[in-house]
Amino acid sequence: MNDIASPPLHTPFHEAHLAAGARMVDFAGWHMPIHYGSQIDEHHAVRRDAGMFDVSHMLALDIEGADSTVWLRALLANDVARLARAGVPGKALYSCMLREDGGVIDDLIVYRFDDEHYRIVVNAGTAAKDVDWMRKHIASHAFKLSLTERRDLAMIAVQGPKAREKTWLALPDLKAGSETLPPFSGAQIGEIFIGRTGYTGEDGFELTLPATRAEAIWQALLGAGVRPCGLGARDTLRLEAGMNLYGQDMDESVSPLDSGLAWTVDFSDPARAFSGRAALEANPATHKLLGIVLEERGVLRAHMPVFTAAGAGETTSGSFSPTLEKSIAFARLPLEANAGEKVEVEIRGKRLPALSVKLPFVRNGKALV
Amino acid sequence: MSKVPAELKYTDTHEWVRLEDDGSVAVGITDHAQEALGDIVFLELPEMGRKLAARENCAVVESVKAASDVYSPIAGEVIAVNQALVDAPEGLNADAYAAWLFKLLPSDKGMESLMDAAAYQSTTAEE
Repeated sequence: MNDIASPPLHTPFHEAHLAAGARMVDFAGWHMPIHYGSQIDEHHAVRRDAGMFDVSHMLALDIEGADSTVWLRALLANDVARLARAGVPGKALYSCMLREDGGVIDDLIVYRFDDEHYRIVVNAGTAAKDVDWMRKHIASHAFKLSLTERRDLAMIAVQGPKAREKTWLALPDLKAGSETLPPFSGAQIGEIFIGRTGYTGEDGFELTLPATRAEAIWQALLGAGVRPCGLGARDTLRLEAGMNLYGQDMDESVSPLDSGLAWTVDFSDPARAFSGRAALEANPATHKLLGIVLEERGVLRAHMPVFTAAGAGETTSGSFSPTLEKSIAFARLPLEANAGEKVEVEIRGKRLPALSVKLPFVRNGKALV
Repeated sequence: MSKVPAELKYTDTHEWVRLEDDGSVAVGITDHAQEALGDIVFLELPEMGRKLAARENCAVVESVKAASDVYSPIAGEVIAVNQALVDAPEGLNADAYAAWLFKLLPSDKGMESLMDAAAYQSTTAEE
């Protein structure tokens, strides 16, 4: 859709970002806010109160048709049959979409409305190749369904311990239909799809709405005291929450089994021949993903060498954790490495002591390490 | 719009330089630089007594977002480092011109080749 040379695209919240004093950056072909003054303050707002993130650069895809369930069971490494077993519509599932060789094309969320109607949300940077892969997959197996790109929609994540309360304050019409929503499920309420999902390790909602209503909804949330937060805080929040970032913690060159994502690959139905299954079964995990906490001052970044008693590995994502006030990272380490061990990380030629830990680092406002 | 005090000298790599009464020079990073980096959380400063060449990579300023190298604006010997700032690096975001990183005893007349405020302002205006 947008090649490298084209100027960055604007989301329906673009004017609102500028009015809120955002510092804008180009991200995956989109002009997005990195922060509105202080990304650390924004991070704390989400851990302690409520913040909102424009996630309209991500792509919502609607799937409709008789073969929807059969197709998704063949396309995705996680099994959408789990969603029907939940018994209620709107249940969400996190999954990887794999190449035949097991490499990760993208990670995504799929919501089930019924067996013939689903919605998928994919990453911005991979959206074009994802849609291409999906259309080829549909065509090659002659599945009967339609796949519709919903660029007419805006998406905003409202996250934090006060996120639900403040969303209802801003948008009272949503309250009755979303009060009893369990985590990781959603409901269509009028023009707005509201999901109790997110990427921060906090409670909250993700709202999907007509782009034409974006500005009004932003203003209502702002009026209810929800703080605008940029991509900077989104990254440190997801890192603390132990959530992978596509392109950093996994990509087409690695297996989900080596990326801390084995829990999202469902082998339980032997008859389900999803893309990548044979490759994963032939090539068991060789690495694991653990957390690293730096014990001295410094900042861990991606691709720093990590030395453990079981051998060497490297960080895949790293930053400063505002909650822990220490630097943290994910590291791809040998299978024999364990949480709770002293390790060393090489920063600018110097080896510094660090501790390996189980992910996540932080959940629901509380430090776990 | 970032601040560019008229009494300081500047480099194209976003350091500021202030001539002190004792003949030493204080070095920091500009308001424009701190704003571009965002929340600063870590500093690595040169060791006392280290002799630096002009444009030598000698310190690191890290924000949550990124690491940025600091280059010595002129040749000289490090005679002071701001340890208080190492303990509270967010001071750089609060006031970039109060937050000096290190002081040098100049070994030549390198100060004369640095930019004045107007020249520096015009380089950042383009960004």
